[in-house]
Amino acid sequence: MALKMVKGSIDRMFDKNLQDLVRGIRNHKEDEAKYISQCIDEIKQELKQDNIAVKANAVCKLTYLQMLGYDISWAAFNIIEVMSASKFTFKRIGYLAASQCFHEGTDVIMLTTNQIRKDLSSPSQYDTGVALTGLSCFVTSDLARDLANDIMTLMSHTKPYIRKKAVLIMYKVFLKYPESLRPAFPRLKEKLEDPDPGVQSAAVNVICELARRNPKNYLSLAPLFFKLMTCSTNNWVLIKIIKLFGALTPLEPRLGKKLIEPLTNLIHSTSAMSLLYECVNTVIAVLISLSSGMPNHSASIQLCVQKLRILIEDSDQNLKYLGLLAMSKILRTHPKSVQAHKDLILQCLDDKDESIRLRALDLLYGMVSKKNLMEIVKKLMTHVDKAEGTTYRDELLTKIIDICSQSNYQYITNFEWYISILVELTRLEGTRHGHLIAAQMLDVAIRVKAIRKFAVSQMSALLDSGHLVASSTQRNGICEVLYAAAWICGEFSEHLQEPHQTLEAMLRPKVTTLPGHIQAVYVQNVVKLYASILLQKEQAGETEAAQEVTQVMVERLPQFVQSADLEVQERASCILQLVKHVQKLQAKAVPVAEELSALFAGELNPVAPKAQKKVPVPEGLDLDTWINEPPSDSESEDEKSKTIFREEEQKHTQHRQPEVDEAELARRREARKQEQANNPFYIKSSPSPQKRYQDAPGVEHIPVVQIDLSVPLKVPGLPTSDQYVKLEEERRHQQRLEKDKKKKRKREREREKKGKHRRQRSLPTESEEDIAPAQQVDIVTEEMPENALPSDEDDKDPNDPYRALDVDLDRPLADSEKLPVQKHRNAETSKSPQKEDVPLVEKKSKKPKKKEKKHREREKEREKEEQRKPSRHKKQHRKEKAGRSKGKKAKQQPPTCAEAAGPVENGAAEEEPLPPMSSYCLLAENAYIKMTYDIQASLQKESQVTVSIILENQSSSFLKNMELNVLDSLNTKMARPEGSSVHDGVPVPFQLPPGVSNEAQFVFTIQSIVMAQKLKGTLSFIAKDAEGATHEKLDFRLHFSCSAYLVTTPCYSDAFAKLLESGDLSMSSIKVDGISMSFQNLLAKICFHHHFSVVERVDSCASMYSRSIQGHHVCLLVKKGEKSVSVDGKCSDSTLLGNLLEEMQVTLAQC
Amino acid sequence: MPEEIQQQIVRETFHLVLKRDDNICNFLEGGSLIGGSDYKLIYRHYATLYFVFCVDSSESELGILDLIQVFVETLDKCFENVCELDLIFHMDKVHYILQEVVMGGMVLETNMNEIVAQIEAQNRLEKSEGGLSAAPARAVSAVKNINLPEIPRNINLGDLNIKVPNLSQFV
Repeated sequence: MALKMVKGSIDRMFDKNLQDLVRGIRNHKEDEAKYISQCIDEIKQELKQDNIAVKANAVCKLTYLQMLGYDISWAAFNIIEVMSASKFTFKRIGYLAASQCFHEGTDVIMLTTNQIRKDLSSPSQYDTGVALTGLSCFVTSDLARDLANDIMTLMSHTKPYIRKKAVLIMYKVFLKYPESLRPAFPRLKEKLEDPDPGVQSAAVNVICELARRNPKNYLSLAPLFFKLMTCSTNNWVLIKIIKLFGALTPLEPRLGKKLIEPLTNLIHSTSAMSLLYECVNTVIAVLISLSSGMPNHSASIQLCVQKLRILIEDSDQNLKYLGLLAMSKILRTHPKSVQAHKDLILQCLDDKDESIRLRALDLLYGMVSKKNLMEIVKKLMTHVDKAEGTTYRDELLTKIIDICSQSNYQYITNFEWYISILVELTRLEGTRHGHLIAAQMLDVAIRVKAIRKFAVSQMSALLDSGHLVASSTQRNGICEVLYAAAWICGEFSEHLQEPHQTLEAMLRPKVTTLPGHIQAVYVQNVVKLYASILLQKEQAGETEAAQEVTQVMVERLPQFVQSADLEVQERASCILQLVKHVQKLQAKAVPVAEELSALFAGELNPVAPKAQKKVPVPEGLDLDTWINEPPSDSESEDEKSKTIFREEEQKHTQHRQPEVDEAELARRREARKQEQANNPFYIKSSPSPQKRYQDAPGVEHIPVVQIDLSVPLKVPGLPTSDQYVKLEEERRHQQRLEKDKKKKRKREREREKKGKHRRQRSLPTESEEDIAPAQQVDIVTEEMPENALPSDEDDKDPNDPYRALDVDLDRPLADSEKLPVQKHRNAETSKSPQKEDVPLVEKKSKKPKKKEKKHREREKEREKEEQRKPSRHKKQHRKEKAGRSKGKKAKQQPPTCAEAAGPVENGAAEEEPLPPMSSYCLLAENAYIKMTYDIQASLQKESQVTVSIILENQSSSFLKNMELNVLDSLNTKMARPEGSSVHDGVPVPFQLPPGVSNEAQFVFTIQSIVMAQKLKGTLSFIAKDAEGATHEKLDFRLHFSCSAYLVTTPCYSDAFAKLLESGDLSMSSIKVDGISMSFQNLLAKICFHHHFSVVERVDSCASMYSRSIQGHHVCLLVKKGEKSVSVDGKCSDSTLLGNLLEEMQVTLAQC
Repeated sequence: MPEEIQQQIVRETFHLVLKRDDNICNFLEGGSLIGGSDYKLIYRHYATLYFVFCVDSSESELGILDLIQVFVETLDKCFENVCELDLIFHMDKVHYILQEVVMGGMVLETNMNEIVAQIEAQNRLEKSEGGLSAAPARAVSAVKNINLPEIPRNINLGDLNIKVPNLSQFV
């Protein structure tokens, strides 16, 4: 044995520690994976050893490997083992590993509940701290529910270190268990005024985080925050509060007005940039919220913009970035004040930092007007060409499109210019936004009727140029544009100048390299084009030319018929047949063009994306009623449902047919036309309006400015967008002149005086309305169903985790809302929550301190076990809650004994309430003091138990200097502080004012646990009252029953069966008569008093299991007869079993 | 979060910050990998090390920059002139220090003196328990280190001290 230990410790010395592992990995650069798998094997061996230090070391290494990307979830159970080590050193390692690798899906996580609860109530603040930190990373809904109350208690801990962690973790608890928010909120609010700045900061943090999601619930806290803001000097807290106000002001404009002054003061006074920046941000939020109500805050806006300009001009890139970010917020409500700084923002587009350029781009989006759109886009286009990374270039591209298309193309005065911009953008290779450009082309061509002719000419050029086809490899690449081009040319083929040429272009063999969906559009639109060419030729009487076109079609279409893409193939073969048929008819000189183009007659209008959703449910239609009652069980379901379906379908088609008759359709069409005529948004095109400027004199003579670039964006054969910028200036100048002329006529006199001035001023301040668009812009609005519902409900995400936290916090707590509490001992009845968690033992004896947490853990573990059992008496439960709520109102006054003991009833049957049980029994009592005690054991300490003694002062004197002494036996000894002799007493770490009770804990070491023990002891104390102090004594006998050494341990039935089969157990039995209690309650009593758990229960027979702290297995078979109960026990130690059964007999005799 | 995604985030973040010059801003706007546009990467660069924090819009950007500074200064105090190798060989300790600054993704403490005090108290506690590697193991580790080729190499790398600039301290 000794040899084995020595060997083990030598082995241990050669285990790698973390540093060895890191060094090893660094030395095995070439075969790292192999080396690590070797290390993992070693770690697996180490984890198999019993030595906790070895395990901890192994887990520590695993944590490092996890960081490198290795899965360590297989070691989850070992991690839990290390978490439950008693030494802080190991515990910390365990919790670190858990926080790195545990998550919602880790199944063993539920095993940690009790361990964590035990650590939370540990007397060592660092055990508690480490548990809180770990829990904050892996808290699940179950853990949150089970531990919410424990954590809430810790919020009032005496140590600020624990308080701040407990406060902070509450946010995680709220997220996982929203029901805890309302009960915990009052205390959270209290912590806003905690004397410790760290705790205060944590509370502010949590409330800000909550308020950010549901600000309206936190408005009532505004005065408190206002106070904090004016008196706090902690910049962190200030920043948080100021940010919070930013979220609150939109809801309460009065708050905003109050804020302006202190915030402006802060802006002027603070030297911390971070604070200044947040102040500016909140002032902006305030101004936004006020903008509707209050007319004049220009001073504040000026101040903000001015400060932001300073930030943007700063050499520190971070400030520049943030300045731009804040600027974009002002922009939304006060665009004018930002537009004044256009120069600065355009300058930022040249910044070397991409983030800053992107921010500047965002700003530009809001800064455009009819007047400057072309200029800004021109600037952007030069950047597109200069841009190096495709990401930034793509960003520019989308931004250009966003800017131009915003609010229904509001700022575009010249759509020809826009189309040319789009066409220029097609020169971008490697972009992933081809589909965006395509969508814009389609949208503009469809919705701006006046531009169709121009668009078609541009698109046919695109189809012709072929440079796009080459780039067809990439999905969503620029070739997507061809999709739009083909469709536009086909749909609006009447506008084509040279349809024949376009047709040829679309039938080139190269087209077959395009993606399938584009080819499909090609095929479809080729026919449209073909139809229109045919019509043209037939009308002109050129039958031969018409037949030639048909011949081209017949020759070229087969290349599509061979396509691998189903869609292309199908369309192509259909169309090929059609064309062949046309060919036959043409041969017979039958005119076909009319009929062919009738295939594509009619106009397509854009439909709003949400149109489908907005179709109102017709009156009388209830979507929830069954169309057919669900089939009854007696009939075969398959058969039935099939017939139902068929019938239904037939009904529908029959029903529909008569509806769609010609007259009805005509009538509807008429009605729709009528409606369109009345619709202000549906504007019919006026005949070729863009002619107005094309015919303008001198267009040709305007020199075309080429962009000075190595690779010009110009698409060969197409006009550049730059032309339009020039033209536009010209046009506007013309307009102005005309306007001026009119004015001149009106007010000639006035003009004579200050004409020059006026003109100069009118240049920059020209208002938007003055710019008339170059084309008649008829934007066809998207179609919506009649009576569309205006609601936008569909935008909300039902899975938003923050939604559950949207609760009214001011409403008083209802009884049903209390947190699940897991404590019921009368021990806690007499203590304030603070005292409970940090027993005053700390200063003094070291050992009891450690043990203390243990007993609580066990207690709770047991209770929890019991609570999990399904049946709990409702009445009792309610009563307990009432008690608790009362306690809460009176600031956590302890619940009374009976109430607190409520939920202990172990599986009590509904019909028969079990009287509340307490494991505390009377130790001794006199006029001064009453002592009750309970013994708690833990599986981790095989030769130790903790005795908790509740001392209750029953007199009117003040009790102090209490000291407990026990006459040790050979077997059982009280743990005393180091350095004291066996005859010294152990001081009780508190004093008792009259009427107060408190609990002290003492650790005893035991060698053998098979026999019960009784120890004599004395409590000495000084009782002090008005007359003076007396020295008093109280003798007692401490009874260590064998049951006290058992620890409730769950056991699965299969493991239980194996245990019984093993045959290593000795057996004994008892029988008790005269039992009147129900079996359910009987079991509950055994579970509670003797620390057993039920393995299995069948009718009036149950198997139970428990384990002693020294590892004895105890199995029971409990059978209930008419009026008697027999208990058969099996245990690895016969003496222990005999003693246990004797104790049980006493318990049962009372039933 | 599965380890692969974790690694992917680390890799991508590293590539993102690596290619950034020192004279451009320390914020990176969120990509899909880190949770979308509400999130930002905020980093600081010291010698060979990058300290990258990912935060959502409830945090003040400049505040986080100061927090990173606090964190690095704390490392400097706890490791006594911290260098890259300290962090490589004592990742566990770095975690423990970080946990006193940030807990479960929320800022816990910004006062450096308080953080250092708590770390030192925990180290004392660990020492009183005998630490992870008890004395004999440590002696063996000393024996193991003798004549190992990597020792000089480490010393060569060792002078990559992080220079902690004296920035205005937060709070």
